[in-house]
Amino acid sequence: MSGGKMLRQFHFWVLAALATVLLSGCGSDYLVLNPKGPVAETQYNLIVISVILCAVIIVPVLAITAFIVYRYRDTPKNKAPYKPDWAHSTTLEVIWWGIPVIIIAILGYFTVRDTYVLKESPNQEVKPITIQVTALDWKWMFTYPEQNVATVNYLEIPAGVPVRFQVSAEAPMNSFWVPELGGQIYAMSGMATELYLQADEPGEFQGFSANFSGEGFAHMQFKVVAKPQNEFDQWVQQVKGTAPAMTKQDYEELKKPGLTENKMYSAFPEGLFEEIVQKYSHGHDMHHVMDPVAPAAQTGEKKEETSHETHQMSDMSNMPGMDHSGMKH
Amino acid sequence: MWENIKEFASTFFVTGDPLIYGADVSIALTMVAIVFVLTKYKKWGWLWREWLTTVDHKRIGIMYLIASLLMLFRGGVDALLMRVQLAFPNVEFLHSDHYNAIFTTHGTIMILFMAMPMMFGLFNMVVPLQLGARDVAYPFLNAVSFWLFMLGAMLFNLSFVIGGSPDAGWLSYPPLSQNDFSPGPGQNFWIWGIQISGIGSLATGINFIVTILKMRAPGMKLSNMPLFSWSVLSSSIMIIFAFPILTVTIALLFLDRFAGAHFFTMGGGGNPMMYLNLIWMWGHPEVYIVVVPAFGIFSEVVATFSKKTIFGYKSMVWALMSIAVASFFTWAHHFFTMGTSASVIIFFAISTMVIAIPTGVKIFNWLFTMFRGRISFKQPMLWTIAFIPCFVVGGATGVMLAVAPADYQYHNSYFLIAHFHQVLIGGVVFGYLAGIYYWWPKLFGFKLDEKLGRWGFWFWNIGFYVCFMPQYALGFMGMTRRYYTYGWDRGWADLNLISTVGAFLMGIGFIFQVWQIAYSIKHGERDTTGDPWNARTLEWSIPSPAPFYNFAVVPTVKGADDWWLTKQAKENGTYKEEPAHLEPIHMPKNSGIPFIMSLFFFLIGFGFTFHWVWMAVIGFIGVALCMWARSFQYDTDYYVPVEEVRSTEASLGRVY
Amino acid sequence: MATQHDHAHGHDHEHGHEEHEQLKVLGFWIFVVTDCILFGSLFATFAVLMHNFAGGPTGKELFELPGIIASTFILLTSSFTSGLAVLAMNKGKVKEMISWLAVTAVLGLAFVVLEINEFTHLMHEGATMATSAFWSAFFTLVGTHGLHVSVGLFWMVALMIQLKRRGITPVTRRKVTNLSLYWHFLDVVWIFLFTVVYLMGVM
Repeated sequence: MSGGKMLRQFHFWVLAALATVLLSGCGSDYLVLNPKGPVAETQYNLIVISVILCAVIIVPVLAITAFIVYRYRDTPKNKAPYKPDWAHSTTLEVIWWGIPVIIIAILGYFTVRDTYVLKESPNQEVKPITIQVTALDWKWMFTYPEQNVATVNYLEIPAGVPVRFQVSAEAPMNSFWVPELGGQIYAMSGMATELYLQADEPGEFQGFSANFSGEGFAHMQFKVVAKPQNEFDQWVQQVKGTAPAMTKQDYEELKKPGLTENKMYSAFPEGLFEEIVQKYSHGHDMHHVMDPVAPAAQTGEKKEETSHETHQMSDMSNMPGMDHSGMKH
Repeated sequence: MWENIKEFASTFFVTGDPLIYGADVSIALTMVAIVFVLTKYKKWGWLWREWLTTVDHKRIGIMYLIASLLMLFRGGVDALLMRVQLAFPNVEFLHSDHYNAIFTTHGTIMILFMAMPMMFGLFNMVVPLQLGARDVAYPFLNAVSFWLFMLGAMLFNLSFVIGGSPDAGWLSYPPLSQNDFSPGPGQNFWIWGIQISGIGSLATGINFIVTILKMRAPGMKLSNMPLFSWSVLSSSIMIIFAFPILTVTIALLFLDRFAGAHFFTMGGGGNPMMYLNLIWMWGHPEVYIVVVPAFGIFSEVVATFSKKTIFGYKSMVWALMSIAVASFFTWAHHFFTMGTSASVIIFFAISTMVIAIPTGVKIFNWLFTMFRGRISFKQPMLWTIAFIPCFVVGGATGVMLAVAPADYQYHNSYFLIAHFHQVLIGGVVFGYLAGIYYWWPKLFGFKLDEKLGRWGFWFWNIGFYVCFMPQYALGFMGMTRRYYTYGWDRGWADLNLISTVGAFLMGIGFIFQVWQIAYSIKHGERDTTGDPWNARTLEWSIPSPAPFYNFAVVPTVKGADDWWLTKQAKENGTYKEEPAHLEPIHMPKNSGIPFIMSLFFFLIGFGFTFHWVWMAVIGFIGVALCMWARSFQYDTDYYVPVEEVRSTEASLGRVY
Repeated sequence: MATQHDHAHGHDHEHGHEEHEQLKVLGFWIFVVTDCILFGSLFATFAVLMHNFAGGPTGKELFELPGIIASTFILLTSSFTSGLAVLAMNKGKVKEMISWLAVTAVLGLAFVVLEINEFTHLMHEGATMATSAFWSAFFTLVGTHGLHVSVGLFWMVALMIQLKRRGITPVTRRKVTNLSLYWHFLDVVWIFLFTVVYLMGVM
C-alpha cells in the first residue's frame, strides 16, 4: 500500500491547495491526513484520488464561471457577443453529460476496489489478533478473548499486527473511530460488526466515538497505544498480575450510564461479548438466536469466521431487501 | 391542591434555565401585544376573513413565507448558541443536554419547518401564476396543508417552553430515542410535530402534481412549461413517494414509545437499524425535494437576468426527472459504516456518484445560459452567481463522501457537517432567497431595497465561507459532530473560533435582510408595470400585486417563455391584439374548516405527547366532524361578476 | 383524508363542473398511490420482523384460519357489492345504488367486527403489541388496514345520506367513484395481507 514518498508529498500539496482555510497547514493535528497504518493509508490515498478527480471538474468550472460572469456583464460598452436565442448545442451537451460520466467511472473503479480491500485483513502474512469492542453509556469496553484481559477507555495493541475488531454495543448506537489507523464502524446492539486496523509503528493514537449516544457522548473517547509485540505481551502479563478480574457484577456496574476512568481487568467473564451480542440479537429464527457466536479463542479461526459471516449476513441481507418490497407494493 | 398544581407546573413547564425564562417572557409579551393590537384596531374579523380562512394560493404562500422566516430566525439562534458553546475549548455556556436539545431542534427546524415551508411558499406564490391558472387544483386542501404545517410547527416549538425539547438528534435514531434513553415528552413533540406537518406536505405534493398536470393555460404543453414548474413537479413526485415512508416510520417509533411495541427497540426482537433504513428512505429524497425547486428558481433567474433563453431546456428537464428517480436509490450512503456487505455498499456508493451527473449538467447549462448573454447583477442574480461556486464545491465534497471506503473517515465528522451545510445553504437557502427576491414584487407590488440587500448578501456569503470551510479541516482533525465540548489538547480551538465568527457574520446578514424588508415596505421601489425585471414567463404579464383571481383573461400560450415572445412581438410590431373578452370568474369560497380541523390535529398531537389519551380522542372526533361537515358542504364556490373584474383591473391600471 | 377533496358547487355550468370533478378523481388516484407506499412500508417492516418472536408465541400457534378466511370472503363480497352500486349509479338508479352501498357497509362492518374479535382473542392468548417485534408488526399492519376500512365505512355513511338528499349529480357521482376505488384498493391490500401475514404465517 505504501506509495512512493514523492507521490505522497505531491498528494499532500494537492490537499493543502484545496483546503485554503487550513490555517495551520497539514500539521499532525490532521489525524485523517496522517495515516499510521495500512487501512488509513488506503483511505488516505482514496481521499487524494477523489480530491484530484474532483479538482479536475471544480477548477475549470470555477474559472469558466468567473470568466463568463465578467465577460458578459451588462454594461453599455461591453463588446462581447450577445445571442439571446442561442440555447442549444448537442456537442456541448454531450461533453458535459460525458465528462462527469468518465470521472465517476474512474472514481467508481477505485471505490469498488478498496471497498473489497478493506473488508479483508490488511496484512495476510501475520495472523490478526482479535479484540472485542463494546460501546456502553458512555464508555468503551475492550475485551481481549485471546489474552483474557479487559480494559475500559484504553486500548493497547501490538504494532505491525493486524487487529480484528468485533464491535457491538449495549447502549444506543455508537461508532468506533481511530482516525490515524483507519475509518470507523458502527457499534450496534444485537450485532457484531467487523473492522480491521493496524498500526505500523508503535505510538499513541486518539480514539473517538463518532455517533451521538446521549448526554456523556462528548467524553466517550479513548487512547490507543501501539507497542512492539514483546512489550504488548509484557503489558498483558502486567495486567494479569496487578489488575482485578472483572466479575458479572462489575460489568453490570460498568453498564450503568455514566463516565468512568480508564480501567484494566486481569480477566473477564467467559463469553461476555457473545452474550451481549446475543442478548439483543434479532436473528431470523429461534435456533439462530440460540446458536452462540463462537468465541475466537476456543474454536478454530476458520469456523469462527463463517459463523460470524452468516450472522452478519442474516441481519444485513434483509436491510436492502426491505426496500425492494417497499417499492414494489 | 395548590401543591399538586405546583408539582404539575414544574414538570409541565421547562424550568431552571435563564434562556428559557427569557423565551417564556418574550413569548408571553408577544402574545399580549398581538392580542392588544388586534383588539385595539378591531382586526380580529379581518384576520379571520382575510387570512385564517383564506384559500387563495398567494395568501397561503405569504403565510408560509412569514412562518418560514420566523423559523429561520429560531433555527439561526439555535445555530449561534451552538457556535458560542464551541467557540473555545471547555466553554461552560450550555450543558450537555441543553446543547443536545439545541442541535436537535436546529436540524429539525431548518429542514422541516424552515426549508419546507419556504419551498411551499414559493410553490404557492409562483406555480399557478406561472401556469396561467386561477388557483391550485384543490384550494381547500391547500389551506388544510398550510394549517397542518403551521400547527405541527407550533407543536414542535412548544417543546421549548413546555415539557422539554427533543434531544436525540434531528432524525431521532433509536434506541437513543426510545423510552429507555429519552423518557419524557420531548421525543413525542418531535414525532407529532413532524407527523402533523408531514401529512400537510404530502397533500401539497398531490395538489401540485395535479395542478401542474391539469391546470396549465391552454397551449402550454409540458414541453414548454417554465422550468420552475418542472422542478416543482419533480419535487412533488418525490414528496408523494417519500412522505408516506416518513409517516409510517415515525408512527412506528411512536408505537414503540407509547404502546410498548418492539419495532426499533433493543430487546423484544426489535431492529433499530431498520429505522435507519426507513428514515433515510424518506430522508435522502427529502434533501432533493428541497433542493430541486431551488434549481428551478436558478433556471428562471439566470435566463431573466442574462436576457437569454435557458440553455439546454430538454437536458434540464431530463436532469430534474432523473434526479427525482435516482434520489430513491441512494439512502444507504448515510450509513456506509454499518458494516453491510461490500456489494450493498458499492451499489449505494455508485448510485450516489451517479446522481452527481445530472446535477453537474445543470450547472453547465446555467453557465452557458449566461454565456453570450447580458448579465445584470440584481439581487436574485447575485444569489444565483454565489450559488454556483458554493454548490460546485459542496457537490464535489459530496462525491468525495460517496467514495465509501473514504467515507469511513469522514462519516459523522465535521467534514460531513461542512458538506451538507454547503449544499443546503449554498443550494437551498441561496436558491430560495434568490426566488424570494425575484418574485417579491409580484406578491407585494414593490422591490426589496438593493443596497441593504447587498449588505445582507455579502455578510451571508463571507460568513458562510468563514463558518464552514474551517469545518472541513476540523473533520480531518477528528472532530465529531454533536460534541458539546472539547479540550485544548486536540488543536481544534483556532478553527472553531473562526467558524463561530463566520456564523455571526451570517447572523448579521440575516439582520440586514429583516431591516431590508422593514425598510422596503415603506421605501421600496414600487412596481407599476407588473414586469419589473423584464422577465420571460406568464406571471409577469399580470399586474403586481396579482389580483386575487390572477388572470382577468386566461392567456393562450404560444411557446416557451410566452411573455417574452409577446414582448418581442410587440417590439417587432408583429403582435396582434386579440379582443379581450371578460367572463365571470369561477372562484372557491373561503373556509374556516382547514384551520379548525388543524387545531384538532394539534390536540391529537398534544394529547399523545403527554399521554393524555382523552385529549387525543377529542382531537380525533373533532377531525372526523370537520371532515363530515366538509363532505356535506355543496356550496363551496362562487362567480366573480364581470363588472367586479373590470373595476379591479382598472384600479390596477389595466383597462378592458 | 378523503373527504377533504370534496369541493363542489351547486350552480349550473355543467361542463366546467364535470372537468372539475375529473380533476378530483385524478387527485384521488394519486392519494391511493401514496397509500400504496404507506402499506408497502408496513409490509416491508413486517417482512423484516416476521421471524422475531423473542420467545413469545408465533403466528402459527395462534392464528385461526377459518375465521380469517370468512372475513376474506366477506370483504371480497363487499368489494363486489360496491361494484354493483357503481353499476346502479351508471344506470341512474339511486335507490338500488343506496341499497347496494348499504349492503357493502354492512359487510364492511362485519369485517371490522370480526377483526376486533380476532384481536381480543389474540390478546387473551397473550399476544399483544408489546409481546414481540412480530406481534408489533402484525397488529400495526392488520390494524392499519382495519382502520382504513373503518374510515371507509364512515365515509360511506356520509355518502349514503348525501345520495338520499341530492340524488346522482356529478359531485355525488365523483364521490362514489372515489369511494369504490378506495374500497377495491383495500380489498387488494387485504389479499396481499392475507397471503403474506396469514398464509405464510401458518406455513
